[in-house]
Amino acid sequence: MIRYLYADQLGAYPKLHTGMLEDRAAQFHDRLKWDVTVDANGYERDQYDALNPLYVIWETPAGGHGGSMRFLPSTGRTMLNDFFSHLSDRVIFDERIWETTRFCVSPAAPDGARIAALLMLAGAQLGVGHGLTHAAGVFDARMIRIYRKLGWCPKVLGTQGRGQDAISAGLWTFDPDHLARLAAKAGVSTEAAAHWYARAFGHKQAQFAA
Amino acid sequence: MNRLVDMQEMLSQATTLDEVQDFIIDLRATYDLEHLVYHSVNSTGGQYAALTYDSDWVARYICEDYARIDPVVQGCYRLFHPIDWKALDWTSKATRAFLGEAADAGVGNQGFSVPIRGPSGQFALFSINHKCNDDTWARYTGERASDLLLISHYLNEKALQIEGASTRAPTRSLSPREKDTLTLLATGASRANIAETLQISESTLRVYIEGARLKLGASNTTHAVAVALSHGLIVV
Repeated sequence: MIRYLYADQLGAYPKLHTGMLEDRAAQFHDRLKWDVTVDANGYERDQYDALNPLYVIWETPAGGHGGSMRFLPSTGRTMLNDFFSHLSDRVIFDERIWETTRFCVSPAAPDGARIAALLMLAGAQLGVGHGLTHAAGVFDARMIRIYRKLGWCPKVLGTQGRGQDAISAGLWTFDPDHLARLAAKAGVSTEAAAHWYARAFGHKQAQFAA
Repeated sequence: MNRLVDMQEMLSQATTLDEVQDFIIDLRATYDLEHLVYHSVNSTGGQYAALTYDSDWVARYICEDYARIDPVVQGCYRLFHPIDWKALDWTSKATRAFLGEAADAGVGNQGFSVPIRGPSGQFALFSINHKCNDDTWARYTGERASDLLLISHYLNEKALQIEGASTRAPTRSLSPREKDTLTLLATGASRANIAETLQISESTLRVYIEGARLKLGASNTTHAVAVALSHGLIVV
């Protein structure tokens, strides 16, 4: 199932938390050889994890980390503006655009493609639910194939490098019409996605009214 | 939509925090709400609020330091998604007592807040509240989710600008749609043509134009196009 969790809520989910940081180390440090920091525990963490970002996490049936992505509002600090501003002449600073980073699928997952689809669906549901217009992010050439397969491609703002080494900045449009297609690719219903969202952001049982 | 444009126009004229306060009062009437409050804490701890609450309630709130237990403050300051007050935790005894007092002071039974993360650790919270049932409120906020998001950020922008903008990001960039809109305006296209090209309604188009105008501090649309061109924000 999908969980939407702010960093300060992860304490209640230690297995998801450590699993996510370990899987990020495996994906970004070990496999993709990105210049990221892995600590003595084998966790990959950066300064943006300290800003209380919102994580979208696929929790496996066994309760482990299956995949995740991270969101921060573009009105605060973002990787795009801090580190990747050379990719585009456009400064992304917009109340209705959130930056997405650290898109990660567990190397232990038997069905990585489906988890990627589930995460994209959950990300789309997040944006549509909150009335956002776009997600912004940086991606490398290998991801374009995945986005195309899922039928949700970003508008490219700028690219540096060529072939497999190319990295780009892009914007994904949040559109309710995307939800059904992404849900079909992920093998779940749009009701399931709406349920994940409502569980995280909907009303508590206890009534506010005095 | 037109109301939103009018509101933006009015806010863009404000040059003092008193005028922002007046704007909040007008906003309450326009949106037919019980109360509204905008509260900002900047990177150096400086605070500013514009609100419609009764002054006795404000005094009591500050005196009792209710921000410590107010679920809206405690629940929102680490978040960045808009939130209905029913999604917050009102279960503790202190909170229930606070809630009772708030209701006596005229605070509505429904609320909705937009937390804002600005540059350099600035934080603000824009809240609206009203007296009505759950279904009416869900419909009200559902229909205005996008408007509320925009208004809250315009308010924040204006408050920061008046405070001296020292915490502001160096460039207030235009959103992609605002850029597209100004670019097409600069080419001389009509509003109807632009709306068609961008596959949006003309009222949505007006919101983009107003948004861009406000961000650029321009006095009218032509001025906005000129500023965008001269700063290299759009290329024709």
